[in-house]
Amino acid sequence: MTEAIIEAEGVVKRFGKVGALAGLDLVACSGQVTAVLGPNGAGKTTFVRSVATLIRPDAGSLRVGGIDVNRHPEQVRQVIGLAGQYAAVEPTMTGRQNLHMVARLFAQSRQQAAASADAVLAQLDLTEVADRLVRTYSGGLRRRLDLGASLVGTPRLLLLDEPTTGLDPRSRNQLWEAIRSLVAQGTDVLLTTQYLDEADQLASQVAIIDHGRVIAHGTPAELKALAGSDMIEVRAHHAADLPALARAIAPIGSDQPRIDMGTSRITVPVATGQSAITAAVQALGGLDIDVDDIGLRRPTLDEVFLKLTGAPSQPGNNGKPERATERAGTP
Amino acid sequence: MTAVPIPANSDTGARPSAPAGRTAGVGATVSAVAVRTLRKYMHTPQLLVTTIVGGATFMILFRYIFGGALRFGTVPYVDFLIPGMVMTSVLITGTGSAVGVAEDSDQGFSDRLRSLPAPRIGLLAGRALGDTGVVAWGTAFTAALGFALGFRIHGTAGEALLAFGLCLACGFAFLWVFICIGLVSRNAQAAQGFSMLAYPVIFVSSAYVRVNTLPGWMQPVAEHQPITIMCNAVRSLALGNPALAGLGHTTTYWALLSLAWAAGITLVFAPLATTLYRRSP
Repeated sequence: MTEAIIEAEGVVKRFGKVGALAGLDLVACSGQVTAVLGPNGAGKTTFVRSVATLIRPDAGSLRVGGIDVNRHPEQVRQVIGLAGQYAAVEPTMTGRQNLHMVARLFAQSRQQAAASADAVLAQLDLTEVADRLVRTYSGGLRRRLDLGASLVGTPRLLLLDEPTTGLDPRSRNQLWEAIRSLVAQGTDVLLTTQYLDEADQLASQVAIIDHGRVIAHGTPAELKALAGSDMIEVRAHHAADLPALARAIAPIGSDQPRIDMGTSRITVPVATGQSAITAAVQALGGLDIDVDDIGLRRPTLDEVFLKLTGAPSQPGNNGKPERATERAGTP
Repeated sequence: MTAVPIPANSDTGARPSAPAGRTAGVGATVSAVAVRTLRKYMHTPQLLVTTIVGGATFMILFRYIFGGALRFGTVPYVDFLIPGMVMTSVLITGTGSAVGVAEDSDQGFSDRLRSLPAPRIGLLAGRALGDTGVVAWGTAFTAALGFALGFRIHGTAGEALLAFGLCLACGFAFLWVFICIGLVSRNAQAAQGFSMLAYPVIFVSSAYVRVNTLPGWMQPVAEHQPITIMCNAVRSLALGNPALAGLGHTTTYWALLSLAWAAGITLVFAPLATTLYRRSP
């Protein structure tokens, strides 16, 4: 097994009577992205803030790169970079000035700080806007600069707390690209998100947490297997043909086909996805029925989430709007 | 320049270079944060205006409403009033610091700073120092407005400069109190509200009237509280002679006692602010 970058054992944190973390166990390995997935109030942010030394857990043990967070927080701060839920950059300074300030606070000399600011600006494709005041940036640019600010210290572990909440799809993709290239270069990442597709896209390990503890942990594929098997889905051109289609496809399935008259669709669970799709195409080829679509569908993390937490995931922007100190474009 | 840690942009796929394993120095931390605070004010002119509007309004009202009715000692009321106004302007300007600190907590900026390997006391001292720059602006503006309204110094230019320096020293001390208020309130409106507590403290002092004109039960408090001491010091320096303001001690006495208060306030509230900052959830 590879080296662990985060080791959490029975971490407990209470705020008054509210238990934010209730004995959370999690090991995040070096060299990959670990996503912490959960609904609002599950304890994601509390966990990240504990790792970032911003709050002290009440009980349990929490180590980052082998360093105890409670005993040596100042050493932990030397190896982490934090990008929180809000773009924590100063709107009345330029992008370059922001990065320079953070680099100076990372104990870099003026020359080092200038060089690392330049490098991060180039890395995140921000050079063009580097000398503009941040208050003129779009939301996506701010988030990218915020990510940059967490990078100027060359952290071993990058902590991203809901990094794309409130971003439009294009900015979101750009940020994902930036995160992927960081991982390719060897930075370890702990990411919290309430977007299942984000965990699916970026993470090699996913921990699903609810009520302050991990309720499932594994690769996205392993977690999807929890939700059930692969399905073959066939859409008929005429709803009247559905019973005939169902009869033809039934032998391939590991269970009875399900017919949905409303969407003219048949789904049948299969044991072996790859060979089953070939068999399904062959079985339908002999029939004289118009088929609009046929495909193999794997369960989504959505379904895992639903199954484990008993509640649908909330893809929306649930009362956590991005707050910026000033509106973009304010003169 | 050989040891520049270029962040993770080598194409070798190697992990980023190991961190320096160091903590930023207090001096570098203070200057980085102070510069940020000053830039915020410089690029937000409305902040610079709001820091002085309240004080200016007070001054104009007091000067014209009470200027005809009151006379303390042997000097016109305007010459008595303005030194008190200038001194207490540091408390009105300081309110902005509480609001700024609360906004930083609220908007995640403090989280970023607190996650960095920089000394916490340095992060806050940078804030206090940057805000002292704003206090200097507020003090200078208030003094200039005072002159425009008819105030004249009776002492030397050197004494006037000392008075200005004393205002800054006291302002720096009170900023630590406002930083604590900002850290406790954690949002701008609450910080603004708590900061209103400064007004009764200002009024129950020698800032606008002689303490012996206050109700008897109020006098012991008013006489010994730091704002009275500081106003007396600034007034003594401005008038060049404490007797003109009816003050029973020498200018040196009031100035040294003020500095002692400023040091005491800093010694109590700077560590308190650091503790609050470390523990803020």
